[in-house]
Amino acid sequence: MADEKTLQYTAEHEWILVDGETATVGITSYAADKLGDVVYVDLPKVGSVVAAGAIVGEIESTKSVGELFAPVDGTVLEANDAVVADPSLVNSDPFGDGWLIKVSFSALPALLTFDEYSALVAE
Amino acid sequence: MTDLSATDRFSPLHQIHVDGGASFTDFAGWQMPVSYGSDLAEHHAVRTAAGIFDISHMAEIQVIGPDAAAFLDFALAGKISAVKPMQAKYSLLLTPEGGIIDDLVVYANGTDEYLVVANAGNRFAVVPALVERADGFDVQVNDLSDDISLIAVQGPSSRAILEATAGLGILEGQTPLDELKYYWSTAATFAGSNVFIGRTGYTGEDGFELYVDVADAAALWNALSAAGAAHGLVPAGLASRDTLRLEAGMPLYGHELGLDTFPAQAGLGRVVALAKEGDFVGRAASEAGPAVGARVLVGLTTEGRRAGRAGYPVFDGESEVGVVTSGALSPTLGFPIAMAYVDPAAATSTSLTIDVRGTRIPASVVALPFYKREAK
Repeated sequence: MADEKTLQYTAEHEWILVDGETATVGITSYAADKLGDVVYVDLPKVGSVVAAGAIVGEIESTKSVGELFAPVDGTVLEANDAVVADPSLVNSDPFGDGWLIKVSFSALPALLTFDEYSALVAE
Repeated sequence: MTDLSATDRFSPLHQIHVDGGASFTDFAGWQMPVSYGSDLAEHHAVRTAAGIFDISHMAEIQVIGPDAAAFLDFALAGKISAVKPMQAKYSLLLTPEGGIIDDLVVYANGTDEYLVVANAGNRFAVVPALVERADGFDVQVNDLSDDISLIAVQGPSSRAILEATAGLGILEGQTPLDELKYYWSTAATFAGSNVFIGRTGYTGEDGFELYVDVADAAALWNALSAAGAAHGLVPAGLASRDTLRLEAGMPLYGHELGLDTFPAQAGLGRVVALAKEGDFVGRAASEAGPAVGARVLVGLTTEGRRAGRAGYPVFDGESEVGVVTSGALSPTLGFPIAMAYVDPAAATSTSLTIDVRGTRIPASVVALPFYKREAK
């Protein structure tokens, strides 16, 4: 499980762990709690080219549907098959086993720090 | 974050929910628990053991006076005068045009006293409509919503839990819980104050709804919870309440019911007592019925895990023939279920699809309810 304080965030309640030119992406515990129990996750195919801000997947709970936005321009390296098989991982471990996709990128857009994101959800 | 406004209302049980880790949602201006952690776990608990719900936002309206029964026969769609003392009845408040102002449960406390329970969001439509219709009847319409809390205990273990609840006792001469039939009520005391108990609910399970003075609501909730611990009782929020009622095929006002909906379209034609004597509001329109070709409510099931949701269009081939009003992946059944209004011809079609965010998913029309508890 990643240290939440070292992660970067988007206003769409996603977290990004940057390792070299690979970004691991998931949704925050705040977003998972707001969705409720996740029952279906649809992720982009490995190899697909994504643009920052574009909707690339869905996270569906019993009561609503959340969209997965690509936080960076890049190519999908990996999609987490474990959450597709067991969507409850998004609720039980959103910052760890509940990660969603890994994307290779060449440039990072402006992202939020932990403090900035914490301030956003505290509003 | 939820924006709280000065007009937000809080249940008398709010602090208990905060302490219980609930997340909240706005419902008709009330901040009510949406779940206490896992709505799926709460749903399954109600199907297999029991759940306790705070539904204090519901509106309770007392109708009292010598003409109470005759008045309700005129004001509501059902024949309330035929409801026996301590019996309950599901009914509708119609517009003169035959549309639905609200769906209600009416409890007969006697032949001249009734309790009308309305949806929270419709309180300020129902009360004025009843007051207006009371003109010429010797009856009083009293909005008791601010004085009464409502706690529902639902699930196969609910009777055992009520019977084990410390301080809750059925009044002398009133029906004990083991003899109380579905849609009947009884009277009890708790800590010296009166509790009115209906064997009613909105989950498709056996269960009870307890009407209690707001001052005693927290103590009653805690006593029920303490008694329920040994029976698998969990606090349950509005998210599970919604999936439970959907599985049970029960309509939700604002989704399956509205001012532009005729009861017959919603499969509630039997609730409109056209055979009763005398006029009632909405009678002429109900006798004429909805327009030819008006859409009808159907149950739909789909494969996979992606649910059709409220507002999603329904297609028959390439023609748009309807719209989903409620839908979810059924926690009990394991596949998606939905209620939808469709053109009459589509109600027997075998080639329907739901447009789930751009993907057409084949849907089968099924009889409601989707889930029915096993008869004892």
